[in-house]
Amino acid sequence: MSTIETPPAARTAFWNDPVKRGLALQAALLAFVVLVVWAAWSNMSANMVARGLTFGWDYLSRPANFAVGEGLIPFAPTDSYGRALVVGLLNTLRIAVVGIVLATLLGVAIGVMRLSSNPLLARLVAGYVEVVRNTPLLLQLFLWYAIINTLPGPRQALPLGPGMYLSNRGMKVPWVEWSHVLWPVVWAFVAGIVAAVIAARALKRRREATGDAPPTLPIAVALVVVPPFLALAVQGFPATISVPVLQGFNFTGGIELSPEFVALLLGLVLYTAAFIAEIVRGGIVAVSKGQWEAARALGLPSPRIMRLVILPQALRVIIPPLTSQYLNLTKNSSLAVAIGYPDLVHVSNTTMNQTGRAVEVILVFALVYLTISLLTSGFMNWYNGRVAIRER
Amino acid sequence: MNRPVSPDALVHYVADEKLADLKPPASVLPPWPVALFRTYFGTPGTAAITIVCLAVLAWTLPPFLTWAFINATWTGTAAQCREAGGACWAFIGEKFWFSVFGLYPFEQRWRPATVLVIFAVMVAFSTQRVFWRRELVYAWLAVLALMWGLMGGSVLGIPIPGLEPVATRLWGGWLVTIFLSVFGLAMAYPIGIMLALGRRSRRPVVRALSVAWIEFIRGVPLISLLFIATFIVPLFMPQGVEIDRLIRAQIAFIAFAAAYMAEVFRGGLQAIPKGQFEGAQSLGLNYAQTMRFIVMPQALKITIPAQVNTFIGLFKDTTLVLIIGIFDFFTTLRSALGDSNWLGFATEAYLYAAFVYFIACYTMSRYSQRLEKDLNPERVR
Repeated sequence: MSTIETPPAARTAFWNDPVKRGLALQAALLAFVVLVVWAAWSNMSANMVARGLTFGWDYLSRPANFAVGEGLIPFAPTDSYGRALVVGLLNTLRIAVVGIVLATLLGVAIGVMRLSSNPLLARLVAGYVEVVRNTPLLLQLFLWYAIINTLPGPRQALPLGPGMYLSNRGMKVPWVEWSHVLWPVVWAFVAGIVAAVIAARALKRRREATGDAPPTLPIAVALVVVPPFLALAVQGFPATISVPVLQGFNFTGGIELSPEFVALLLGLVLYTAAFIAEIVRGGIVAVSKGQWEAARALGLPSPRIMRLVILPQALRVIIPPLTSQYLNLTKNSSLAVAIGYPDLVHVSNTTMNQTGRAVEVILVFALVYLTISLLTSGFMNWYNGRVAIRER
Repeated sequence: MNRPVSPDALVHYVADEKLADLKPPASVLPPWPVALFRTYFGTPGTAAITIVCLAVLAWTLPPFLTWAFINATWTGTAAQCREAGGACWAFIGEKFWFSVFGLYPFEQRWRPATVLVIFAVMVAFSTQRVFWRRELVYAWLAVLALMWGLMGGSVLGIPIPGLEPVATRLWGGWLVTIFLSVFGLAMAYPIGIMLALGRRSRRPVVRALSVAWIEFIRGVPLISLLFIATFIVPLFMPQGVEIDRLIRAQIAFIAFAAAYMAEVFRGGLQAIPKGQFEGAQSLGLNYAQTMRFIVMPQALKITIPAQVNTFIGLFKDTTLVLIIGIFDFFTTLRSALGDSNWLGFATEAYLYAAFVYFIACYTMSRYSQRLEKDLNPERVR
């Protein structure tokens, strides 16, 4: 084998060498960013000294001296700012979780309705979607809040459904009341879920090995639902359903949802549902008609066509934008500060006004939202990777 | 040609007069009442849907129409409104100019009015694709500077002779909404392009910084950025340096818009086939030339509908400045609700605001749908 003599590399100026140029560019950029951050930091330190402010987290353990309107855990003004922020965070999570569930249900329903063959329904729903999508959410929140405030008092409350009443004091809904925490029921539920997952895997393996299809879904549902009921029955049903009843000037029983919560929930759900509806509609339309026809030609029954052929393909289109809608709803719940629902931002705002710790407080709630966003999008990316087409 | 023709060959198969039109097959198209009935009441399911829809309409529409039109008061005083019991549009009439100009000094209102007219003319030109050329960008930059100068009385700190300076805290109404969204877009566009390119860069530092910016901003609510701009940014400035409150909100908004625009552009960049990059390289174009002449024109073009949609979202999000007390259109209108002569007409004010935002956003979204069709004629069937 003969060797090829490589000619000595021509000397190039370093700015023409892509590697060195890249390094120089990055070093310059990094130096610039570091400089800006350092300048901001040193200015901030100087400014804080000049204004008599200090940086620190000690405020978190000091008594808050303000009341929080509502919360999932008890809170008194003598509790610390830290606890107030946790109450706010739980309120944010409460509105986000309830909102996401309701917005998904409503959004899917509306998306399917838009595809209805009845033009009256399709047009009505399209009108709703256009109006809601093309007006600012903040405006809608204020409108709902104003409307709830003009409602009659509890004595003339609007009945919305069995045991549900809406008045200017908020909404009353039935609720399960229990005498003590039902840990056996919770554990039975968890055990049921584990059992259902194991059973589903075993059944799938059997189906793939032998070809007969046992009813996986009913078995799984039974495994999740039955154990908690058994646990309840063993304990003699210590939980009762409490239904609100009008007594005198107000309701007793059930739980009360504050007007702020109802307005925020209503606004977020109706707004996000309009966006979800468009996503769902787009996803269903994206699956070509030939898929239905081919599946039918294979002799699959309709529900199974939907579950095995259409949904997996539609979901692939639906899930990425749906994720960002869920994140939008969570982030939009911060508009609560405008109508006075004590979410994380609202509590932070009060804390900031009382302690003057703007930097620390804003840092905390921005990082909390960032964590929620990154966790959710990480989970959704994982799920999306599972339903994506496996290219071979 | 005069070829001898045998009499047998005189049979010809070309009709020399128009044949009568065929009648449509009778069975396919039923008469329209029947078609209408089938559409709305053809099956029990459809009939049930129609009845429910009509019931909902009958239940909601008449009370609303009575309130909004029949019992409404169009001109007059609050007392007359309350007496009539319907919607008080007189309140909107009273506050209309306030919602346009905010607290801008009354005798100077010709300035924001001129700005609005110039802006409307520019928008009208920009929607026409004939004018989509480089000069339009320069024209917009000039117009933005002119708008700012007319409103404030100075450009980049240089006072304009003959114009009284007007502090930004006196700006309000439609003008602030337009400024926030248009300046936001104008500045976010180039920054967004840089961030999108940075996110796809091979240089790890550039990529990391771009990703950090985009993900941080998209991960937190806009409110936190507005809070940062209001409460923290003043601390970052050297002592004695103060940035105007409106400008700080504007900067937060630009940073926000840039991150979202960057993701739109990134989508466009990802859609450009690799062959385009390779073709450009084989022509000997360097990175900047490839991007400028080959990739970006295509990426920007295919993302125009997405850009408009993002802009609609940003336009709606300008209302959030209410929380930090900047008088955009919606905040101005809400402050009008506090007028003690006109208490209790919040619903009317919100409906008016909703109407204005709806008209603006709906027009934009229809425009983007039309553009999408015009720009991709091959996809239209």
